[in-house]
Amino acid sequence: MTSSRLRVRKTYKLFMDGAFCRSESGRTFAAPTKNGTIHAARASRKDARDAVRAARAAWLGWRDRSAYNRGQILYRLAEMLESRSGQLLEALRLSGESAAAARAEVAAAIDRAVWYAGWCDKIEQVLSTKNPVGNTHFNVSSPEPAGVVAIVAPTRPGLLGLVSPVAAAVCSGNTVVVLASQRDPHSAVALAEAIAVSDMPKGVISILTGYRSEVVPTLAAHLDVNALDLWMSGPEEQAAALRACDNVKRVRRPGEPPARYWSAGIDQRLESIAAFVEIKTVWHPAGF
Amino acid sequence: MKPKSGRYLRAIDPSTEETLTQVARAGAADVDAAVRAARNAYDRYWRRCPGSTRAKYLYRIARSITERSRELAVLESLDTGKPIREARDFDIPLSAAHFFYYAGWADKLGWAFPGKTPSPLGVAGQVIPWNFPLLMAAWKIAPALACGNTVVLKPAETTPITALVLAEIIQQADLPDGVVNIITGGPETGQALVRHPGVDKIAFTGSTEVGKEIARECARLQRPVTLELGGKAANIIFDDAPIDQAVEGIINGIFFNQGHVCCAGSRLLVQEPVLETVVRKLDQRIQTLRIGPPLDKNTDIGAINSKAQLKKIHELVRSGDDAGRPRYETRCDLPDRGYWFRPTFFTNVALSDRVAREEIFGPVLSVMSFRTPDEAVEKANNTPYGLSAGVWTDKGSKNFKVTAQLQAGVVWANTYNKFDPSSPFGGYKESGFGREGGVHGLAPYLQR
Repeated sequence: MTSSRLRVRKTYKLFMDGAFCRSESGRTFAAPTKNGTIHAARASRKDARDAVRAARAAWLGWRDRSAYNRGQILYRLAEMLESRSGQLLEALRLSGESAAAARAEVAAAIDRAVWYAGWCDKIEQVLSTKNPVGNTHFNVSSPEPAGVVAIVAPTRPGLLGLVSPVAAAVCSGNTVVVLASQRDPHSAVALAEAIAVSDMPKGVISILTGYRSEVVPTLAAHLDVNALDLWMSGPEEQAAALRACDNVKRVRRPGEPPARYWSAGIDQRLESIAAFVEIKTVWHPAGF
Repeated sequence: MKPKSGRYLRAIDPSTEETLTQVARAGAADVDAAVRAARNAYDRYWRRCPGSTRAKYLYRIARSITERSRELAVLESLDTGKPIREARDFDIPLSAAHFFYYAGWADKLGWAFPGKTPSPLGVAGQVIPWNFPLLMAAWKIAPALACGNTVVLKPAETTPITALVLAEIIQQADLPDGVVNIITGGPETGQALVRHPGVDKIAFTGSTEVGKEIARECARLQRPVTLELGGKAANIIFDDAPIDQAVEGIINGIFFNQGHVCCAGSRLLVQEPVLETVVRKLDQRIQTLRIGPPLDKNTDIGAINSKAQLKKIHELVRSGDDAGRPRYETRCDLPDRGYWFRPTFFTNVALSDRVAREEIFGPVLSVMSFRTPDEAVEKANNTPYGLSAGVWTDKGSKNFKVTAQLQAGVVWANTYNKFDPSSPFGGYKESGFGREGGVHGLAPYLQR
């Protein structure tokens, strides 16, 4: 009896400003899966701009939350990932990963979120200094988030390659717009569904699916984007890095590293957080 | 040595327009020779030189700068037009202090980055501006050498002199040949250096416009770069500020070094209840500023650095006049020869005015008002720049909150224009990236 039940399929949407929506352009792109083809939302340039606007609107609120609270929310995201690990596993399997590889990736992605959650209220202590200035002043330097970070996720790994850069950027108080792997919109949508129920304020993380050739130039040139994290290579990457100079973006260009890069020993790095913080130094006179 | 280019440029005293001397105008072949020398010194010696030895060289340089401080101060004042008092009390001692501070790091880099084994990048190409010639050279060279890099430094076209004295000091410190190379020249010299295939890292201080070009070049070459660019800092005066101290801070913030300061407090935001008082006191105070010969130790305001800069200041001030903003200036006579501009401020300035948006890089202040702290923060952050800011209030809690909300790399609370080698300096947004000074200033010169 049950075997004859017709399965309800899912519409693959963008995740922007805390809501799931189709591309304003109405377009989709075909992503082949093991069980046939699905049509995922194909973000337009305008979708990219709307996502940036949402990220900017969310920024001050996210930045000014206590570090403890940001840590709790990121940890809550890890909880949601754990409880949806079956769905994440299925998403990775749809994009063609083997069962063993998918299990390992889901576990790593959850653990990665926990690792960065723990950093939220430690970054400031590790990267700050009180400076022994040679005059009658009190002076401290401490990190602050750069602002809105646009991330172009690597083609693989589809899930961990999203979770790791996103968690690294948001834990310090940045908000992000991330373009997911074109190869794996399944994991992107599954992750978005976990974020949607994780207490993450709307706009802090927006996830776009679509083509790099359409979305990346807009994100790279956008004057309200402060930093660019380019997990890609080739002429499109070079062009994006050049466009980023128009408003002096902070640009990280890791390329598309080999699979072993994503292991805990390599990609769990304070440098990934430090890449998108600014050091602010505040002076005050000391005296009667 | 003589330039292969066979060309020279004149160093001019901006207070008299007389030629001080001629220096080489390095061409592509000269840049190439300098980079090769730096590479050679890096590969053969410097990269393997123990940190403790690098430290001792840097200590020697620091000591020599102090020993020759009088000579350096006079030269700096002549070449830039800045008051001798500022060169003597600020530029030169701080340059020595910078070398002394980074000397101590050379054999302690492991403590700066626990758990890492940092290594140098190689040859650093460095391009510096004309406002603090020796100090900017120190900011660039000291951390680079401490981290084990060799350098090729290009001083600004209009202010090459003290960098050449520094070269002599470095030579007399017995630093191995090629570890530090100084090439004087114009923009084409800097461009050749930035593009040279033998350079591993670029550090630039200067205008945002040139900085973006350098950023693009480095993006094309996938070359690490740090940029310290322009600014349009807000200096915020709350109605509970100590007004007389604040007025001194405003004066220092905008008229220090004729306003040729990237972190100058060039946008004054005054809370409405004290606006009239602050404007009146500012007008009184600027009448007491002495403008004149830079070598006179009573001079407060020296000469504008170059004819081109003077022209730019005139143009922007005209835009303020055209917008109908009331203009206040020091009423005094100016010398007949040389490049001069009276300390000036505009009131009733709108955020959209050119004098509120563009970096003037001269002794010109734009005064605006605000009612609430939120409005002050919003106006202060309403600029593509983010280098520095000032806050004046006697209320501690307000101070903490406002300094936290300002998007600027350096925030001076109840003070302005303070610097120290142990204290990181650098911008947010279009004011550049990377920090100079302190532990944070080591990172751009190391691989970790």
